Amino acid sequence: MKFRGGVHPSYHKDTAGLQIETLPLLHRYVVPIAQHLGAPGKVLVAKGDRVARWQPLSEPVGFVSVSVHAPTSGTVKQVAALPHPLGRPMLAVEIESDGEDRPWDGLAPPADWRTLDPAVLRRAIQAAGVVGLGGATFPTHVKLSPPAEKKIDLLVLNGAECEPYLTADHRVMLEQAAEVMEGLGLMMRVLGVTRACVGIESNKPDALEALRRACPADVAAEFMLLETKYPQGSEKHLIYALCGRRVPPGGLPMDVGCVVQNVGTAVACLEAVRDGLPMTERVATVTGAAINVPHNLRVRVGAPLLDVLAHCGGVTPDVGKVIFGGPMMGIGQFDLDVPLIKGTSGVLCLRDDEAARFEGGPCIRCGACVDACPMGLVPSAMGLIAERFRFEELGDWHVLDCIECGSCAYVCPSRRPLVQHFKRGKAEWRGILEERRAKSERDAKRAETAATA
Amino acid sequence: MLVPTVVLSGIGLLSGLGLALAARAFAVETDPRQDRITEALPGANCGGCGFAGCGDFAGAVVRGDAQPDGCPVCDQETRRLVAAIVGQTVQDRAPRVALILCQGGDDVAAKKYRYNGLASCASAALLGGGDKTCGAGCLGLGDCQRACAFGAVEMTPSGVARIIPARCTACGQCVAACPKDLIKLVPAEATIHVLCSNHDRGPAAKKACAVACLGCKKCEKSFAEDPRIKVADFLAYIDYEHAPDDPALAALCPTGSLVCSGAAAPAAERTS
Ligand code: SF4
Ligand code: SF4
Ligand code: SF4
Ligand code: SF4
Repeated sequence: MKFRGGVHPSYHKDTAGLQIETLPLLHRYVVPIAQHLGAPGKVLVAKGDRVARWQPLSEPVGFVSVSVHAPTSGTVKQVAALPHPLGRPMLAVEIESDGEDRPWDGLAPPADWRTLDPAVLRRAIQAAGVVGLGGATFPTHVKLSPPAEKKIDLLVLNGAECEPYLTADHRVMLEQAAEVMEGLGLMMRVLGVTRACVGIESNKPDALEALRRACPADVAAEFMLLETKYPQGSEKHLIYALCGRRVPPGGLPMDVGCVVQNVGTAVACLEAVRDGLPMTERVATVTGAAINVPHNLRVRVGAPLLDVLAHCGGVTPDVGKVIFGGPMMGIGQFDLDVPLIKGTSGVLCLRDDEAARFEGGPCIRCGACVDACPMGLVPSAMGLIAERFRFEELGDWHVLDCIECGSCAYVCPSRRPLVQHFKRGKAEWRGILEERRAKSERDAKRAETAATA
Repeated sequence: MLVPTVVLSGIGLLSGLGLALAARAFAVETDPRQDRITEALPGANCGGCGFAGCGDFAGAVVRGDAQPDGCPVCDQETRRLVAAIVGQTVQDRAPRVALILCQGGDDVAAKKYRYNGLASCASAALLGGGDKTCGAGCLGLGDCQRACAFGAVEMTPSGVARIIPARCTACGQCVAACPKDLIKLVPAEATIHVLCSNHDRGPAAKKACAVACLGCKKCEKSFAEDPRIKVADFLAYIDYEHAPDDPALAALCPTGSLVCSGAAAPAAERTS
């Protein structure tokens, strides 16, 4: 099934043919404590401590929280607020490696997921600090623990990789097909589902073939080649394309009986259980016209961006913009001292002339954005409202349903900064809702005291 | 000609009568005190009291939901009058004025990226806290200016906001509007201020902005005991409960973040 809206940017998947290369051990790693959505963990180490590879550097606080682990053995240089890809300094552990890469002796013993209880598997996945590698970095064990009243009958494996330029998932599917499928089986066991769907965009038929061939006999998966269209990899659109179910506005995939997981996450879950290894590395695509030697790189989490760029031959002199993630939803970086983290699916280096610096004009009411919005919203109207700071009205236009995919801004001939408006608008509207809730609570309390008095 | 005239006048008369009757039948009882308070208030409808306007605030005072001195804009005289209407008394309080604790314009403060989005501080602040290298500084896109109903905020040519004390009524709307939390209401008679909000250590602060407070403690040490300027977390702050008033203090500051003058003039103007 095809979803309505969406856009066809030029894909630039030039790195699709490049084998994954492992970034050599570095001298220094900076591991932020907050690399997932949810509460950052509690730091377990202090300046001067010796740590071993895979040793936890933080422990989760609460359920929606995971640990981060040491990418190599060495000494803790500092625990301080350091530059973070999200733009503001955040608490991180800086490690100077001793070159020994000595493993931690507290690792969980390897185990066979086929014989383990779902609850045990879930705990192992949380302990290993596994988060969704698609970019949103939601803790995986939480997604694998739907509340009892939500009956899950379908696990969706997301191999769409619809962002232009990125090829990390593509390479993982080709080179680690067996592990992807085993990981899928593991996650199906955790959820207790018997059915899985694998969705891959039509520009990667080789990946689909590889996964199909690697699928173990006891893993019941269906494979589907989907239209190549952005944002095919968005959870809601992927589910619709695969099985025709519509996630209700404001709802989650589990409201229609689905859980969506990324292919890289499947591998990480498998490694957490099969080998007892925490998530300390990921595959990221380093690409763009302004990088000398593009790569698909296996990087340890916490590797400083400068070292990663240096390994790829450095950036060209005409570099204009460095983005973490893809060009549609990625985050522009202004400090090359940031580390790559669990959610960094790619490093995109654009030339100055590609990094368009345009002034947004007035809306010409062409309606192109309305056709492009995959969520069926009216970006033109929402943009005009946000521009006038009338945030209370944005709720009526369902601004919270905006997935910030950028399709509207991509097609807008007037180059309006629509997504920026909506990010701000969502924050403001949430604030208004919160205020209203607090006020009605206050009123109720007052009415109560008035009644008793 | 005659018939339409009579018919139309008739309709007009009937509707007028209907309206008059309806106004009497459905009249809402308002407390006369509410009207008197509304009359007394400045009528700025600025929202500084936290209600939807002067009338709403007056109603709240009558109902007992708001303190009679809750209007930050009106003078002491009016406050007393409002209180008297509801049979209360109010404490006198020192007049206050808004102050923007940053003077890092484009000429002195470094930028970490080129921002080209919506001209609003709150939008820019979503992108890594804004384009200033200093994580605390004024973004200069005027959210405070838009929030002020009294035209008391101006933008300096170098792109920082500045309060015009003569116009400021201390309503506090700008305080709420600033996403960088840079605006404070301070006693109007205070003359010494630290116009910086940067908590970075000296070298980092210096790199980000030439007029940043370095946390060097020169000002704090100039007091024998009981200092009225204290440094905490690499930033000096004034104890406005007993604010210092010695103009010589400002000369101590190596960067000019400590300024003297009630009007909090930016560095450039003071030297000229
Ligand atoms: S960014 Fe939001 S409004 Fe724009 S196309 Fe995507 S979902 Fe629609
Ligand atoms: S695409 Fe741009 S110009 Fe056209 S209607 Fe949408 S916002 Fe307006
Ligand atoms: S400057 Fe601020 S406190 Fe003063 S009147 Fe304007 S909004 Fe109110
Ligand atoms: S003081 Fe605050 S609201 Fe005013 S321009 Fe500066 S950053 Fe914006």
